[in-house]
Amino acid sequence: MSTATQDDTARRSTAGQEPIMTGRGLVKRYGHVTAINGADFDLYPGEVLAIVGDNGAGKSSLIKALTGALTPDEGTITLDGKEVKFHSPLEARRQGIETVYQTLAVAPALDIASNLFLGRERRRGGILGSLRLLDKKAMRAAARDELNSLGIATIQDISQPVETLSGGQRQAVAVARAAMFGSKVVIMDEPTAALGVRETGQVLELIKRISGRGLPVVLISHDMPAVFEVSDRIHVHRLGRRTGVVDPARVSMSDVVSFITGAQEIPADVDVTNRAPDVTHQGGAP
Amino acid sequence: MHRGRRGESARRLFARNPVLGPTAALVLAIVFFSLSTSTFFNIDNFSLIVQQSVVIGTLALGQTLIILTAGIDLANAAIAVFGTLLLTRLTLGGLPSAMAIVAGLVACTIAATVSGLLVTRIKLPPFIVTLGMLAVMTAVTNLYSTGTTFAVPNGTLTWLGNSLYLFGRVQFTMGMLLAALLFVVMWFVLSKTGWGRHVYAVGNEPEAARLTGIHIDRTLVSVYAVAGLIYGFAAWMALGRTPTADPNAYQTGNLDSITAVVIGGTSLFGGRGGVVGTVVGALIVAILRSGLTQMGIDSNYQNLATGVLVIAAVAFDQATRRRA
Repeated sequence: MSTATQDDTARRSTAGQEPIMTGRGLVKRYGHVTAINGADFDLYPGEVLAIVGDNGAGKSSLIKALTGALTPDEGTITLDGKEVKFHSPLEARRQGIETVYQTLAVAPALDIASNLFLGRERRRGGILGSLRLLDKKAMRAAARDELNSLGIATIQDISQPVETLSGGQRQAVAVARAAMFGSKVVIMDEPTAALGVRETGQVLELIKRISGRGLPVVLISHDMPAVFEVSDRIHVHRLGRRTGVVDPARVSMSDVVSFITGAQEIPADVDVTNRAPDVTHQGGAP
Repeated sequence: MHRGRRGESARRLFARNPVLGPTAALVLAIVFFSLSTSTFFNIDNFSLIVQQSVVIGTLALGQTLIILTAGIDLANAAIAVFGTLLLTRLTLGGLPSAMAIVAGLVACTIAATVSGLLVTRIKLPPFIVTLGMLAVMTAVTNLYSTGTTFAVPNGTLTWLGNSLYLFGRVQFTMGMLLAALLFVVMWFVLSKTGWGRHVYAVGNEPEAARLTGIHIDRTLVSVYAVAGLIYGFAAWMALGRTPTADPNAYQTGNLDSITAVVIGGTSLFGGRGGVVGTVVGALIVAILRSGLTQMGIDSNYQNLATGVLVIAAVAFDQATRRRA
């Protein structure tokens, strides 16, 4: 099953790098239900880390713990080597962790620029700023720049209400917002779940561009082809904990499915749990 | 198919310019009444129509803010009527009128803020909260007034009834000017400030607003408070319009204000519309009443026409919002 060669291992120029974000021994209980059961998590700089697992495996709870939507009962989370405790999504966001929610968290009636800056509006300088006036011009320009730099060419009119956009374009707006404000980590929850083939391809392109900037991306997905196309490492989650992290180059999709269901243990030779990924694709190489 | 596409682009045009439909209706109404009666199309009549819309229009301005958050305020007129009695009785009791006005503005602000706090803290639907507040404020007003109507002393309290004549001809009351000022200020705040953006976001998609870090409860309470302050101004305007403080006045003011907001194209589902539409909506209702009166049509038919218009406006809103 392993298709890896010695060369692959040797190529790992970034091996030995420290993770940018970690979770150790995370536990979250809801009454009798243990949603997170001693889970670990490691995210290395610049990588795309996919998190896969069955429904109810506790992926969402893990992500909520990392983004401050829930506070774990036990365990520690570090960011840049320092321990952090998030009591709300806002606190995680202030530390540079941006989340693209499955619901996208956009206001359909508001235009694209307003949505990109929702809750973080830019104000005018000087006296006009003390009147709390919005700097609409600057926000529109920044929104335009962000969409351009992410290669989102299908959106023409930045003052268009989000409800007039297609599903893929809405996703792109949500991703652009995360890329714009995320300084440390971008987390995406099932970004391709509601999309067709072509639009899925466009979102994967966005993920590559974001990680190409050196910003690590955590991708929660059931979409195996998508996971294999963009991820550097695949974190397998089962029964509330991480059972291992595998290298997509050395396992097949059906292997991953059997790791998810527990039909097969993760063999030591494909486990890259403690190894930084090769992120030499950084800088936009195909 | 060709027709379908044209229908689609028209739908989009109306969806993106929510004031377009109401404005077209307003122009049509003006043209219709101008052709049907000889007395309608003159500047005095227009001035009168605006004077008649000032109090309901101002109540509708506060109502617009609350409806933008997907709420509704059934107590707005009851709060303003309490305001008219408070202003009058405090002044009659010897307080300087200016201070009585400030007290009235504060009292109306507090009353509406209570609604806002009940909506956000106890998570009750705005309809129920303000239905309760309507009963409470009506009762308080009746107790406070002992059921009597008070004559308002001339002076600061009735100052908004004074008029300016532009070109020595066109009558503007101070109340009209104050109402216009309030509308301009609220238009400005809603469209140019972060707070305005947040009001729309909270009404349109509260979950998205929450996830992007907007304080929903704080925004909602501030909306009710600002609406209350506006009701306080409406109370003062009412005294300028009729110099009596009558506990039984404006009993349908809540529904009339909702009518103006809805006809003006603001969606009852929140997050869409605005104060410009409300100006147009309030004028449409006043013009309809004035025009039909001048055509000699029974006031019951006027109510009927207003009712039909409300239903048509909401149906139109739904049709233009329907996702393709």
